Amino acid sequence: MQDRVSERTVSRNPSIITLEKIGLRIDATDLLVGIDLEIRNGPPTILMGPNGSGKTTLLRLLMGLIEPSVGRVHFHGAANGLPIRRAIVFQKPVMLRRTAAANVAFALAAAHRSSDAASIVRLLDQVGLSALADRPARKLSGGEQQRLALARALAREPNILLLDEPTASLDPAQTKAVEDIITRVADNGVKVIMATHDIGEAKRLGGDVIFLNKGRVIEHSLAQRFFTQPATADVRRFLAGELVL
Amino acid sequence: MDEGSALSLILNGDAALFAVVRLSLFVTLCATLVASVIGLPLGALIAVTRFPARDALIVLINAMMGLPPVVVGLAIFLILSRSGPLGGLGLLFTPQAMIIAQAILIAPIIAALTRQVIEDLWIEYRDEFGAMNVGLSARMKALLWDARFALVTILLAGFGRAAAEVGAVMIVGGNIDGYTRVMTTTIALETSKGNIPLALGLGIILIVIILALNALAWGLRQWSERHAG
Repeated sequence: MQDRVSERTVSRNPSIITLEKIGLRIDATDLLVGIDLEIRNGPPTILMGPNGSGKTTLLRLLMGLIEPSVGRVHFHGAANGLPIRRAIVFQKPVMLRRTAAANVAFALAAAHRSSDAASIVRLLDQVGLSALADRPARKLSGGEQQRLALARALAREPNILLLDEPTASLDPAQTKAVEDIITRVADNGVKVIMATHDIGEAKRLGGDVIFLNKGRVIEHSLAQRFFTQPATADVRRFLAGELVL
Repeated sequence: MDEGSALSLILNGDAALFAVVRLSLFVTLCATLVASVIGLPLGALIAVTRFPARDALIVLINAMMGLPPVVVGLAIFLILSRSGPLGGLGLLFTPQAMIIAQAILIAPIIAALTRQVIEDLWIEYRDEFGAMNVGLSARMKALLWDARFALVTILLAGFGRAAAEVGAVMIVGGNIDGYTRVMTTTIALETSKGNIPLALGLGIILIVIILALNALAWGLRQWSERHAG
C-alpha cells in the first residue's frame, strides 16, 4: 500500500531525505515499522496521524536524536552543495532561564555563529519578537515561546526545519503568527517537515502529507490529493473526524 | 545577666569578639569558595555524563556528605603534620589548614546537591541541547547558570555547615588565640572556661549571620522567580 500511494507523490523537486526500511524497536515495542519515504524539497511536508502513531518519533529520528534499529536515513546535499543542517522545534520547547535575546545568543553560539547584537535582532525580527528581546523567556506567552523556539532553530540556518505540533494549544492569532513564520521560512527554501493534528493547518501549509498509524506510513501523497481523494480507509476515517485506532 | 553582657559586647564592638568573627567569616567564605570551585563543576559533570562507575561515584559522594568532622580533621592533621606527606608546606595550625578542612567537609555536600539539581534540569533540557549540538562544557555552564538560584541555596547550605563546624578546625587550626581561633572554637573554649557572655555573644552573631544569609537567599529566589522566570 505504501509503495503504491507513494508513487502518487509526483514532484519534480529533488529529494532531500530518503528513508529506507526504517524500523525502531525500543523495549520490545515497535515504534516505527518499515518506513520507506522520499521527502522532496518544496512546500512543507506534513506528518499526520493519531497520538502514538510515530510522528514525534519520526521527527526525532530525522533530527538524529535517536538512531533507527534497522534501515537508513540518507540526507541528500543542500542545493548549494553544502552539508545538510537540521533544526527542530519541539511541541513544548524548553526556554532557557534568561532573556529572549540571550536564548537566541545561546543558540547562535551553539551553532558556532556570531552571537552579536545585530544577528540576535535579525533573528528576533524574523519571528516578530524584537520588542520582547529583554523579557525573560519563561515569562513569554505560549505563542511567543514557540516563536522564540523558531528563532533559536533558525539560528542554525537549517536546510531542514522539523516542527513538532508547533501550534498545538495556541489561540488562532498566535497560530497565525507561527504559521506566517513557517510559510516565510519555507518560501526561503528551507524544507519544513511538520507534525500536526490540525487538518486546517495541514491544508493551509502542506505540500504533501504523510499519514502514520502504529508506526507505519499508511499514506503519502500530495496535500490536495490527500484531502480530496484519500486512498486508504484510515485516512478517510481520520478526515471524517472518526477515531482512528 | 549573661545575655545582657553578650549584647553589650556586640553593641560596644568588642575588638576580640569581632576579630574572631572576621577570621571565621574569612575561613568559611574561602572554604565555601574552594568547595564551590570543586563541587559545582563536579556535580554538573556527573549529572550530564554517563560512565561505568557513575553510580558508585554518586553513592560515594552522597556518603561523604556525612563525613565526621573530627575524622576529617584528624586525617588532615596527619597529612599536614611535620612527618606527614605535606608537612613541608607548614600549613598545620594555620587558617589555610582550616580552610582545607572545611572545604573537604562541604565539597561533597555541594557536589551531591548540585548533581541532583543539575540532573533534574538536564532531563528538561536534554532534547533541546541535543538538537542544538551543545558541547559538554557549554552544556555544563548553561545548566549551572540556569540553576543559579537553586545553587545559591546549596552554597548557603555548605556555608552554614562550614560556619557551624568545630571539630576539624579545632584539630587542624589548634584554636590559637588571635590566629586560628574562630567563632565555634571560641564558643567551645569560653564555655569551658565559664566566660558565658563572650560565648553567647559569638553564638548570637553566628546565628544572625546564618539567618541573614538565608534571608538573602530567599529574597534572591523570590526576585528571580519574578524577574528571571
